Amino acid sequence: MRRLIILAAALFAIHVGLLLVRPAGAEVGATSGAVNVGVVFDLGGRGDKSFNDGAYAGAERAVRELGAHVRFVEPGEGSDREAGLRVLAAEGMDLVIGVGFIFSDDLTQLAREYPNTRFAGVDYAVPTDSKGQPLALPPNLAALKFREEEGSFLVGALAALVSRSKTLGFVGGMDFPLIHKFEAGYRAGVRAVCADCTVIAQYAGVTPEAFRNPGKGLELALSQYQSGVDVIFQASGSTGLGVFEAARRRGKLAIGVDADQYGEAPGFILTSMVKGVDAAVFRTIEQVKGGTFRGGVFQLGLAEQGVDYVYDEHNRALIPDSVRARVEALRQDVIAGRITVPSTR
Amino acid sequence: MTDSALEAIHIVKRFGSVEANRDANLSVGAGEIHAVVGENGAGKSTLMRVLAGLFVPDAGTVRVHGRNVTGWDTRRAIAAGVGMVHQHFMLVPTLTVAENLVLGQEPTRGVRLDLAAASESVNSLCARTGLRVDPSRRVDALSVGEAQRVEILKVLYRGARILILDEPTAVLSPPEVRELWTVLRTLKARGDTVVVITHKLDEVAEISDAVTVMRAGETVGCLRTQDATPAAIARMMVGRDVVLAGDLVRHGDHAPGAAVPDVARRVALEVTDLVVARPRQRPAVDGVSLVVREGEIVGIAGVEGNGQTELIEALAGLRPTEAGSVRLNGREIVAFDVRARADVGISHIPEDRQRRGLVLEYSIADNLILGLQHRFAHRGVMQRDRVRRNADRQIEAFDIRPPRPDVPARALSGGNQQKIVVAREMGRDFSVLLAAQPTRGVDVGAIEFIHARLRAARDGGRAILLVSADLVEVLALADRVAVMYEGRIVVTLPRAQASAEVLGPYMTGAQRGAKLS
Amino acid sequence: MNVLRRLAPILAPLLALLIAAVVGDALILTFGQSPAAVYRLLVDGTLGNAYGIGQVIYKATTLACTGMAVALGLRAGLFNIGAEGQLAMGGFAAAVVGLLLPVGTPALLAVPVCLAGAALGGAAVGAVPGVLKARFGAHEVIVTIMLNFIVLAFLNWIVATRLHVPEQLHTPDIRAGAIGRLAGAFPAFHGSAANWTILVALAAAGFMAWHLFRTRQGYELRAVGLQPAAAESGGVHVGRVWLRTMTLAGAIAGLGGTNFVLGYKQYYEEGFAAGAGFIGIAVALVGRNHPVGVLLASLLFAVLSQGGLAVNAVVPKQMVDVLTAVVIIAVAVTVPEMQRLVRGAHGANR
Repeated sequence: MRRLIILAAALFAIHVGLLLVRPAGAEVGATSGAVNVGVVFDLGGRGDKSFNDGAYAGAERAVRELGAHVRFVEPGEGSDREAGLRVLAAEGMDLVIGVGFIFSDDLTQLAREYPNTRFAGVDYAVPTDSKGQPLALPPNLAALKFREEEGSFLVGALAALVSRSKTLGFVGGMDFPLIHKFEAGYRAGVRAVCADCTVIAQYAGVTPEAFRNPGKGLELALSQYQSGVDVIFQASGSTGLGVFEAARRRGKLAIGVDADQYGEAPGFILTSMVKGVDAAVFRTIEQVKGGTFRGGVFQLGLAEQGVDYVYDEHNRALIPDSVRARVEALRQDVIAGRITVPSTR
Repeated sequence: MTDSALEAIHIVKRFGSVEANRDANLSVGAGEIHAVVGENGAGKSTLMRVLAGLFVPDAGTVRVHGRNVTGWDTRRAIAAGVGMVHQHFMLVPTLTVAENLVLGQEPTRGVRLDLAAASESVNSLCARTGLRVDPSRRVDALSVGEAQRVEILKVLYRGARILILDEPTAVLSPPEVRELWTVLRTLKARGDTVVVITHKLDEVAEISDAVTVMRAGETVGCLRTQDATPAAIARMMVGRDVVLAGDLVRHGDHAPGAAVPDVARRVALEVTDLVVARPRQRPAVDGVSLVVREGEIVGIAGVEGNGQTELIEALAGLRPTEAGSVRLNGREIVAFDVRARADVGISHIPEDRQRRGLVLEYSIADNLILGLQHRFAHRGVMQRDRVRRNADRQIEAFDIRPPRPDVPARALSGGNQQKIVVAREMGRDFSVLLAAQPTRGVDVGAIEFIHARLRAARDGGRAILLVSADLVEVLALADRVAVMYEGRIVVTLPRAQASAEVLGPYMTGAQRGAKLS
Repeated sequence: MNVLRRLAPILAPLLALLIAAVVGDALILTFGQSPAAVYRLLVDGTLGNAYGIGQVIYKATTLACTGMAVALGLRAGLFNIGAEGQLAMGGFAAAVVGLLLPVGTPALLAVPVCLAGAALGGAAVGAVPGVLKARFGAHEVIVTIMLNFIVLAFLNWIVATRLHVPEQLHTPDIRAGAIGRLAGAFPAFHGSAANWTILVALAAAGFMAWHLFRTRQGYELRAVGLQPAAAESGGVHVGRVWLRTMTLAGAIAGLGGTNFVLGYKQYYEEGFAAGAGFIGIAVALVGRNHPVGVLLASLLFAVLSQGGLAVNAVVPKQMVDVLTAVVIIAVAVTVPEMQRLVRGAHGANR
């Protein structure tokens, strides 16, 4: 017993001693002068190699190039989303960004409560009234939405142009409207360059679990390759890792999503349909710094470089120049409005 | 024999405000078997633990062969050849005997455990000491007596020449006790010194050369066994005269129930062809029929493990029965659950009070109503004042110490724990009492008290079914004696015709034959 | 020595906290930050202002309920790992009841009905391991773990296919049964999620204390947990007590689900309190399975959770997760040590 009290006292002394240590370069709190930005990640947070990491990259770029001061918050559970946004807003941040559609309700509410703080929501889902009409957003809230269908359109065309079997595959994660956009754009792209091609589209499930099931992705992709498909576009989160594995095993091609996923299966990734979350986040911070920030819904498509496909030294060998030229022509058609890509099936 | 192997001088050991040892002195001669006796709570175990290096004394000196070793630890004690065999076994049940023995000092070949060498060294140790155990058997397959032999071997394996045994016979059946004595005599013959804690006076007489008596933390005397009588030792232990169960037997002073012919009394408990199954073995209770009448004690003798435990638990409702009938005052109760049986008049003193009889963390007061809790509740809420009054009454009536209802049962000595169980089971309305090993591990003072209570209940017209591994106890209390062997009642005799000589062959299965009453 | 022994129950958690604090110091230093500043940030963000206090109250409400669900099980000798699923089912049931009630149902009727729904939902999930253990001897740890997966998968599926709002992972707003925010009565709490469900948690704690220590069922429950064989010879049906206890534990965990569903968002959202069931195990452990201890421990873990957000700017969130784990391990290590000491003193009377 006495030993334990001595131990407690010793621990206390060590603790007090350590409290006094002040490492050089330690910094706490917001800085005045620079643009202060707060970013709240989705559950799961950084390291998803997708839009959380994209938002992180965009914010880091703003730190380097614009001298912005950025604070990141990673919520632990449901109520932490609002708490994270609120803590940042209350600290007087100039801009608070919520990454992920799940922040939609919380952002709307806080934007009303803090009219002098600017808010932005990546993948923000615009609330609708009971008749399905979109509701008006607060003027200090920017909804950053992406025209995934336009990027999907280009990779669909690309896939059809390199395919020999004229049979294309699509593996979606959760079977719901957000992912239907990918499928619709992809199908339209295939049809635009190859009228007699067929598309086999499958989904991994109907719950969010469908985005975290590589085994299911492998199973779906193997069966598609088996039935003659030679390129699969996956829009299924980490389920897509199974699709890449199937491509590697069968020596076929796959198309990545959200970020450049070439590294997941080098040589078997035809391209990736990338969402410019980093660019969108960077530009929003830039607008705040320059005083040009506006609220409202921003649909970021090919024209705004909100979506794109990857073409670089890694996959150049997989894409003949003629194919590349044809796809780029389609891009100009979409930007010029000569082609309207559907966003629903 | 004159120089001391082990000495304790003026040992004081406190735990908080409690003085477990206040002036304990002990001198054990080299090569002798030395008994340490005393009531539960007298400080025997504490003193032994001081000697074996488990406790550091607050004052006093410990000497081994004249060398001052006060305050040593167990490792140094073992190195000096002092080893302790604990009352509760400290073996790993899933390892073999050999593995348990070498645990902590395994012979290795390179980095691999050399089991052959371990087995070899264990075998040779068994041969030298006469302790027979198969080294390759798993400990959880051993009987209690065998497990204890392993404990002794473990201490010997580490090189102990002075052995301290803490109540080694508390868990043993009579034949196992006899084997233990043989072992201890063998050890003595090869020059080892043995200290045995016990509170059974017949054991003192049988095995020891000298005896030290402890009371309330002090050693009150040291005698050569040949100079001591059990009565004298008992008086030293409790500080007053005590009537010993064995004396009654020896002196033929036995007082059976009032002299009414058996057949004239009403049958309280009637068991017919009772069968209790066991998985993958023959039934534990294999067609037992017996009758207990009002105002009599029926004692069931027998070597433990012959179905007594299962019989009593089945009668109490704790074990499902395969077949047979149980009638209480003429009413069939075989389908009743534990509470229903208790409510119609069956009382049960379980053989394992720490597991079955008490919730050790509960207070004395709460333990005194276990099984009666529905009678101390009103609309589901406990009536705490009634629980309290019940506790005050029972504590006084049964002399439970300390007399504080709020103290947890765990803090009490074995004898006082048993008094809680006895008070609870006998302090309420009942017609039949199932008393299993009612005085096991209990000091002489408490034994005397419990026996008196059982006789008083019998004289008050209650029926008592007594099971005891202690034949002396059965003979001291029972009006009729039955012997159980391999799940059956092999003989039933009136007390007058029963004796150790007559019953012995039935208990070992050498003789069979039934006499129904 | 006597005074010291009375201090023992406090000394154990104190020692655990000190160990956690020193480990925390070291971790903060490895991130190049000043421990004093980070701890100040942590305290400022939780207890330093009304909003922080409100958030702590909100989080503690859920944790108190799951903590009690675990503690109650442990009192009966059962390790209830299933508070996670019981909580989710309780929240879901409250949302379904709230959706079925007609708009404008008076709160005086709607709130109790929704609470009852939550308790029943949680109880149903809790009863399953109770039945399986009582009937077939299935180990409750395995059953509750598996049941967590099943319940959460089932709820995800039903919300995703039947009940969600377009493009979201939550149900529509409930029509009746909302519980008001504390900010309604104390404007200082404005913005925080704290709501009157805290009274439900306090009532549950009061009920649990009364049930455990004042009723016959509580007497039997504790006896089963401490010495099942003795309880059995005391006429207690051990299996029935297990079933009853797990059902009750599930009901209390289920009530915890209303904190989010009725008190905060007014809808059920997939994974709304992910991890609260598991932290409930730590809450029960640190709270020594006593209702009052559980309430205090839930405050501690709520401070750590909310504090994690407050210090997130300078150190990664994982630091607070590690700190939480260190508290749990330190308590697990120090508490038995204390018990051994206290019991050692009793042992002298043996």
